[in-house]
Amino acid sequence: MSRTAELRSWLITDTPASRAQARWGRMYLSWLAFRRNPLAFGGLIVALAFAVIAVIAPWLATHDPAAQNLAGRLAAPNAANWLGTDELGRDIYSRLLYGTRITLGMVVMVVVLVAPVGLIVGATAGYLGGWPDRILMRITDIFMAFPRLILALAFVAALKPGLTNAVIAIALTAWPPYARLARAETITIRNTDFVAAARIQGASTPRILVRQIMPLCLSSLIVRVTLDMSSIILTAAGLGFLGLGAQPPSPEWGSMIATGRRFILEQWWVATMPGLAIFIASLGFNLLGDGLRDVLDPKQR
Amino acid sequence: MIKVDNLNVAFGDVRAVKSASFTVKDRETYGLVGESGSGKSTVLRALSGLNRQWTGTIAIDGRPIGPVRDKAFYRQVQMVFQDPFGSLHPRHTVDQILSEPIAIHRMDDAEARIRRALDDVGLGPRFRFRYPHQLSGGQRQRVAIARAIILEPSVLLLDEPTSALDVSIQAEVLNLLARLRAERHLTMILVSHNLAVVAHLCDRLAVMNAGAIVEEMTVDDLRRGEPAQAYSKQLLRASLGYDRKMADSLITFE
Repeated sequence: MSRTAELRSWLITDTPASRAQARWGRMYLSWLAFRRNPLAFGGLIVALAFAVIAVIAPWLATHDPAAQNLAGRLAAPNAANWLGTDELGRDIYSRLLYGTRITLGMVVMVVVLVAPVGLIVGATAGYLGGWPDRILMRITDIFMAFPRLILALAFVAALKPGLTNAVIAIALTAWPPYARLARAETITIRNTDFVAAARIQGASTPRILVRQIMPLCLSSLIVRVTLDMSSIILTAAGLGFLGLGAQPPSPEWGSMIATGRRFILEQWWVATMPGLAIFIASLGFNLLGDGLRDVLDPKQR
Repeated sequence: MIKVDNLNVAFGDVRAVKSASFTVKDRETYGLVGESGSGKSTVLRALSGLNRQWTGTIAIDGRPIGPVRDKAFYRQVQMVFQDPFGSLHPRHTVDQILSEPIAIHRMDDAEARIRRALDDVGLGPRFRFRYPHQLSGGQRQRVAIARAIILEPSVLLLDEPTSALDVSIQAEVLNLLARLRAERHLTMILVSHNLAVVAHLCDRLAVMNAGAIVEEMTVDDLRRGEPAQAYSKQLLRASLGYDRKMADSLITFE
């Protein structure tokens, strides 16, 4: 038997011999299901490609993203500047590569801030019920009632425009849907026999939440987060466009579009190239999210 | 061992259990039988601490216990649920399921305890790292029983432990329970609507109808087919077989 076939049978065995083998086996089966969906697989490739580009941007870039060249400003795409130059003669291709870092950085920051908060608030409210549920959900409703971009605008305007504040502003408006989702999942789980069994073993409420309930909320949350990444990218770009996100000269895609707006008819590439980058990144994450839903959502299996 | 006196449980206006009283002796197996909705499972959930809205007295080992239980109580009293598909966490391996109670009660030597519990219920180490979806119904129920006995309780509450299994597996699980009872000197309360199961495992039983205990009797009375109350007679008749004549003769007792 060849090495790969051996590994495969080790992974899909019905009688795993250790904790690690059981876990890897389940991950392998999910991977097989994921691979069968070509669009989702494409989304994964796009997302991975963006992550790789963000890491190795300095090696891929042909120019310094901040280096100005006023003699060659607003040049059309050519051999030296593959995607043209902007109004200060900076290379758009290099700026887009570095912009990946800012955009993905913001997305990751928002997700890290938002997903745990939503999960904890939602699971706690759903499991406890009664007045804790009512209080937590009304707070969630209040945050949900704010229009997302407007609250972010107000927040950034009140503090100081910048990357960190943009992240906080997006995070503030992004967590309520996760809390709602986690609560809905929790309510379907909390009266099951395995939760009753955990209670009868003497498990404390936090222990039941963490060990029994949250693992089952996690898959739908991951799907939702992945689908939301595109809207986080769009909100970040929107804030950048309005001058409230990353500040110049940092190469943020939204602010790049904002500066290109002035030349959109004569020098179309200045605004179009970052727009395409936003489009491809959002689409990639959307496809990835759809694929993950097919794999992770237990109700569809 | 277990003494229940004047137990009442109400859900809103519905009185699910009406002043139920019974006593279970040490190492005895006591059956609670009745049709669906007769309140037998509700008695068990009040006993186990899952349902806290009850009034009356429940005493275990002579000590009265309140609605909220401590960890020591759960070391002493454990429960097996009806549906083996719902009582195991779908994302936990058998190993994780059995590790959980050991971790909660900070017991030592988890490794040996898990292995022994699996052996005790006749599963063996092959099953240790499987997920519930890789097990049959009977195997799942064995895992649920292993989870209950791993804390070495002296009282085991059984909520229809075999009604979700097919007949041949039912017998295996009942024999397993009988063996564990003998080996571990367990006191058990068995809730069932199946009189054959109750006759197989129990010493004494109580017949419940509409939330009240109608009659208490020994299994020998049941085997001889000599219940005193009309309702118990009808229940016994219904359990023996089902035809048109029998169905027409059924009446509703309140």
